[in-house]
Amino acid sequence: MSIAIAMSGGVDSSTAAALLAENNLANPSGLSPEVVGLTMQLWNQRRLPQLLGEEAGEGGHASGRCCSLDDVYDARAVANFLNIPYYVINLEKQFEATVVRPFVEGYLAGETPIPCSLCNTEIKFAQFLNMARQIGAERIATGHYARIRRDPETGRYQLLRGVDRSKDQAYFLSGLTQEQLALTEFPLGGMTKQEVRALARARRLPVAEKPDSQEICFVPTGSYRQFIDAYLAEQQRPPESATGEVVSTDGRVLGEHQGIQNFTVGQRKGLGMAVGAPLYVIAIDAAKNRVVVGEDRDLFRNRFRVREVNWIRPLATGDAVDAHVKIRHNHPGASALVEAHEGCEAVVEFLEPQRAITPGQAAVFYDGDEVLGGGWISRVLS
Amino acid sequence: MHAGNWISEGNMKRVYFDNNATTPLAPEVFEAMRPYLLEDYGNASSIHWFGQRAKAGVEKAREQVARLLNARPSEIVFTSGGTESDNAAIFGIVEAARAERKHVVTTAIEHPAVLSTAKALEKRGVSVTYVRVGSSGVIDPADVAGALRPETVLISVMHANNELGTVQPLEEIGCIARERDVYFHTDAVQSAGKIPVDVEKLGVDLLALSAHKLNGPKGVGALYVRKGTILRTLLHGGHHERDRRPGTENVAGIVGLGAAAEIARAHLDEEHRRAAALRDRLEAGILAAVPLVAVNGDRTRRVPGTTNLTFDYIEGEGFVIAMDLRGIACSTGSACSSGSLEPSHVLSAIGLRPEQARASIRFSLGRFNTDEDVDAALRILPGVVEQLRAVSPHYKAGLGVRV
Repeated sequence: MSIAIAMSGGVDSSTAAALLAENNLANPSGLSPEVVGLTMQLWNQRRLPQLLGEEAGEGGHASGRCCSLDDVYDARAVANFLNIPYYVINLEKQFEATVVRPFVEGYLAGETPIPCSLCNTEIKFAQFLNMARQIGAERIATGHYARIRRDPETGRYQLLRGVDRSKDQAYFLSGLTQEQLALTEFPLGGMTKQEVRALARARRLPVAEKPDSQEICFVPTGSYRQFIDAYLAEQQRPPESATGEVVSTDGRVLGEHQGIQNFTVGQRKGLGMAVGAPLYVIAIDAAKNRVVVGEDRDLFRNRFRVREVNWIRPLATGDAVDAHVKIRHNHPGASALVEAHEGCEAVVEFLEPQRAITPGQAAVFYDGDEVLGGGWISRVLS
Repeated sequence: MHAGNWISEGNMKRVYFDNNATTPLAPEVFEAMRPYLLEDYGNASSIHWFGQRAKAGVEKAREQVARLLNARPSEIVFTSGGTESDNAAIFGIVEAARAERKHVVTTAIEHPAVLSTAKALEKRGVSVTYVRVGSSGVIDPADVAGALRPETVLISVMHANNELGTVQPLEEIGCIARERDVYFHTDAVQSAGKIPVDVEKLGVDLLALSAHKLNGPKGVGALYVRKGTILRTLLHGGHHERDRRPGTENVAGIVGLGAAAEIARAHLDEEHRRAAALRDRLEAGILAAVPLVAVNGDRTRRVPGTTNLTFDYIEGEGFVIAMDLRGIACSTGSACSSGSLEPSHVLSAIGLRPEQARASIRFSLGRFNTDEDVDAALRILPGVVEQLRAVSPHYKAGLGVRV
């Protein structure tokens, strides 16, 4: 049985590769499973050099982030260390089309997109699986902290959170299809981050001490606004700085803003006005090019609509399910009723109002450890 | 659906079909180099015995390279390789030219060592014409003549194309260059040692070659500079190579280049026949076993070891990896441009659409390939193509129809 492991050059996927390679060696059948490491080259940091800042001058490179030269170097070093075949596959065009552009368009439409979920669905699973099949691999593996289980009664595959609650990456995987789940392995799903670090150190993996990456991988400075401006300039599109009104929840015009892409729901800083109680962005009205501001308590809402819902545990249209729902990655989640609507939509109603439900973010529905499904927050309902 | 299991490392027969990227060092060449790494290690510019031994090795190599090219030893300058030779020739001529306005004629299918140099010249205000090419991958000399202007100082046309193997009509272009009194440079990196390269017959003033493409070592090459040709040097330093290329000579490397040139010259005809027969058998075997394959470029005007094939409905990147996992090394386009996103400029120039260019594979055979290598490739390749096509969403729908 042959398996392709996606290697980012980080400690997680490197350790996952090490575990697969050891499993490969330990197989006594003689027909040992084969492991091949692949790194997806997704974005060329040199493309928008103005974003690299001082750490990477002419001929330099950004370090410690997705797809920098260092990461390919690290992944290759680990593959050599493990003595497994290794290749870099170039998916830059697909990444730009299916992740970067929707990310920028999302901001321009007044949303706060989360590119990692899209990247997993469109790139790490769809494109990666496609390449794995081309080269003859039967299965794929990644270093995500999540688990897959086949329900013996229904025969369907379930997606579960990783054992390490602090590293729940199942949130980013709610778009996976049954076919993808059937062909995927998550070697780290049953481990904690500390255990993974310890395994990496015990094996003296070249990346054992490498810090975790934090930023959105293709936004090297961590400033998505700079990224959007630089990307639009590269695409020879005028920077979207259409000024518009800042209004209160009751419609009074309080001031002017320099473009809705500069705002996200729940944001406090950067409004440029001081009027007594602190003001927060409550909503972004793309149609009217308005930013709606109010007090903190205005941010707490109950109901919202979700689009492009992927049900991993199927739910018939019109049916509803009690679930624990997360509205962003670091949201602890809260109890809600989720009702499946037609057109792959759902409506979520929290039992308790939740702060800053933000269009563009992924809403993911859980039953305990199991991910029932998820989609994109499209609209907050009254 | 799968082309058999990946072969585990232990019993893997490895086949190297990427000789246009680089070739293995011939054992005789290695033996010729060995004393210059261990015993005769002097600096070839030194007065003493050690230096003289090294100098003798360099000068013997100069004669060997000159003989391969039908040139005089004094016309051979040793460099670090093909890229430096191309840069030295092109910059050297253009910088030395006294004309106020300068113009260079080259082609759309050159190696990046020439194309990027031409782009750098353009940034410095030199105008460059890139002669186009048809589906044959062979330049029409009339197009070169038509591109000449009164201020043209240099024509640069490669001898054999690295991706297609197609051989360019240098003799005709050489005549044009002489008639119009324009310097003529050729990148002969892919032809030297494979087909006759005679600087007099070809009418070239400058010619670049690289040792590692003819079973010599990496990091050394040569530039032929016709007597009387004035070049501005790229590098500044000591008085090596008759003031034409400063820097302590890479003695062992140069000796290796000389030995490789000698061997190539001695076996040119038989090796040509042998490599062409292997290549033709591989090509015919693929065309017979796999549907929807086409050969790129003029099959009658190629260096012997090279074939470039478009396999409809595959992605070249996946093909190369899948083949490598089964022990067969081949490439998409050239190693120098792999990893880049854009489809090969050569394949685009001969009219392939981007998806066809991405579906194109180069097999380049060399001195150490055998019939068994071809057998192994023919055994593995059809299954790999089928495996890739099974993933293509367009394959079944378009079965029997070229994309």
